Amino acid sequence: MVATPAHLLRSATALGNEEVMRIRNDFPILQRTVNGRPLVYLDSGATSQNPLSVLEAEQEFYEQRNSAVHRGAHHLAVEATDAFEDARETVAAFIGADPDELIWTSNATEGLNLLSYSFLNASLPGCPAESRRFALAEGDEVVVTEMEHHANLIPWQQLAARTGAALKYIPVDDAGNLDLDAAAGLIGSRTRVLAFTHASNVLGTINPVSELVALARAAGALVVLDACQSAPHLALDVKALDVDFAVFSGHKMLGPTGIGGLYGRAELLNAMPPFLTGGSMITTVTMDRAAFLPSPQRFEAGTQKISQAVALAAAANYLGETGLDRIHAWETTLGQRLVEGLEAIPGIRVLGPAAGRERIGLAAFDVAGVHAHDVGQFLDSRGIAVRVGHHCAQPLHRRLGLTASTRASTYLYNTTDDVDAFLEAVAGVRGYFQA
Amino acid sequence: MSLDQLYQQIILEHSKLRHGSGLAGADLPAGAASGQSHQLNPVCGDEITVRVTVAEGKVSGLRWDGEGCSISMASASVLTDLADGLEAAELQRVIDSFREVLRSRGKVPADPEILGDAAAFEGVARYAARVKCAMLSWVAAEDALAQALAGQDHPAGP
Ligand SMILES: Cc1ncc(COP(=O)(O)O)c(C=O)c1O
Repeated sequence: MVATPAHLLRSATALGNEEVMRIRNDFPILQRTVNGRPLVYLDSGATSQNPLSVLEAEQEFYEQRNSAVHRGAHHLAVEATDAFEDARETVAAFIGADPDELIWTSNATEGLNLLSYSFLNASLPGCPAESRRFALAEGDEVVVTEMEHHANLIPWQQLAARTGAALKYIPVDDAGNLDLDAAAGLIGSRTRVLAFTHASNVLGTINPVSELVALARAAGALVVLDACQSAPHLALDVKALDVDFAVFSGHKMLGPTGIGGLYGRAELLNAMPPFLTGGSMITTVTMDRAAFLPSPQRFEAGTQKISQAVALAAAANYLGETGLDRIHAWETTLGQRLVEGLEAIPGIRVLGPAAGRERIGLAAFDVAGVHAHDVGQFLDSRGIAVRVGHHCAQPLHRRLGLTASTRASTYLYNTTDDVDAFLEAVAGVRGYFQA
Repeated sequence: MSLDQLYQQIILEHSKLRHGSGLAGADLPAGAASGQSHQLNPVCGDEITVRVTVAEGKVSGLRWDGEGCSISMASASVLTDLADGLEAAELQRVIDSFREVLRSRGKVPADPEILGDAAAFEGVARYAARVKCAMLSWVAAEDALAQALAGQDHPAGP
């Protein structure tokens, strides 16, 4: 058992503009200008910015401790290994996991591929008995949702195609919520894996994890949670959520690029076949075979993302010290302000839950008669950074009758002024493009 | 560079006019050949299909179907106007010139003698992320033209 992480114990008083202004001083990039205007960064849903403590942690590692981990007897190697494993402990506690249940990956996408390839390996002839519970075959089903990011879709599509299993989709209703009645009908004795996102990167919807987990448990299916849009923004506790696996990306939670995490229940990870193989993940190697280490080393072949792990731990500490509940409460305020403001502009259609309904601090929308690319270009000319396109969710956009949309996404360093500057600019878009 | 230099009035107008939009199947006149090409911009999911018809070595028509941003719609519309009646080799020269300007990151100025209204897309070259939008229909037209010419060399049966 891990102790309840400190960030879960915080009171939920939201941050305020004054505190946010102090937070902004920790982020060098937020001081720059774009097109002669102060940067208004509303693209943290894609990639967040880094506070000084994260940048310094990475630099300090390279200046003082840089060395290989888990090999070599010299002093630097020991310090590097300690820093690497301390980072694992910090980030594991941040998501409510035990350290040996957290595997470093390059990003969430790699974590999901690790799972799907491991399950594929388990489906091949000759797979050891303890791994057979992960095998898929014709007649089995993998269930995902219509709102998945391609990262939590294509690995399952590929796994289904290669094993003969069927891929099923839980539909999204017009209000941007999963249709739970349909889910109850879809998840059954054939379901081997249920993979869904905690929070939608397009709709902003927060999905009802416990209801979905209950359906999967009743069916005996494994549960995979895409926590990319939740881990950075709300107090995540994978044990309390009772999921089997969860993935997240460091660069969306104030950390560097090149690192992410895969959580898995220890008992499952130690029974799964490896994905990448090679050095650092074995016990005994002969000329024809190898035995593998337990988790997490079992899934960490080759030289690891050491400085990134150290920097990600600094990011987790920064978030924990600020308080995830306070961040979540503030972003809820910003998210509602975004949606209310957008809904008040003629010709704007907000995707996902309406104003007053729960959503994370982002909003994607369509502008009548103006393509998302043009919207993004117009906003950029005013120093406002947003994301345009299908946001790696083509099936969802097709379901909504769109090919692309514009998305503004907030984080703990955004003020209500950022949101207001964005809304004012959006109000000018249709006029500029004569729509 | 200001937004107005990117979104020249000609571009905003053509993005609404959409000359050549609609691929309704027209009968091929005797001796004519046509080629068709579908192009996709994976970044935004925009798609376009362009059909080029060639008769006696000249472009006798360019039509297209697609949805996309104002840059991609306007560039298809301007291309439609430009292509009509050009010698096949001439259209290829126009496409080559357009590509050179757009890929130059602003270093190669557009020659209005060659590019006509398409010279208005010069400003797009400074926006690396938008070059693909402007090029989409032109790449499709180049491919369709090559197919049409190949078809003319080996005309289908009577
Ligand atoms: C919900 C969701 N899942 C998965 C991903 C993939 O993250 P990454 O590209 O860091 O692997 C993202 C990031 O865009 C996301 O928003």
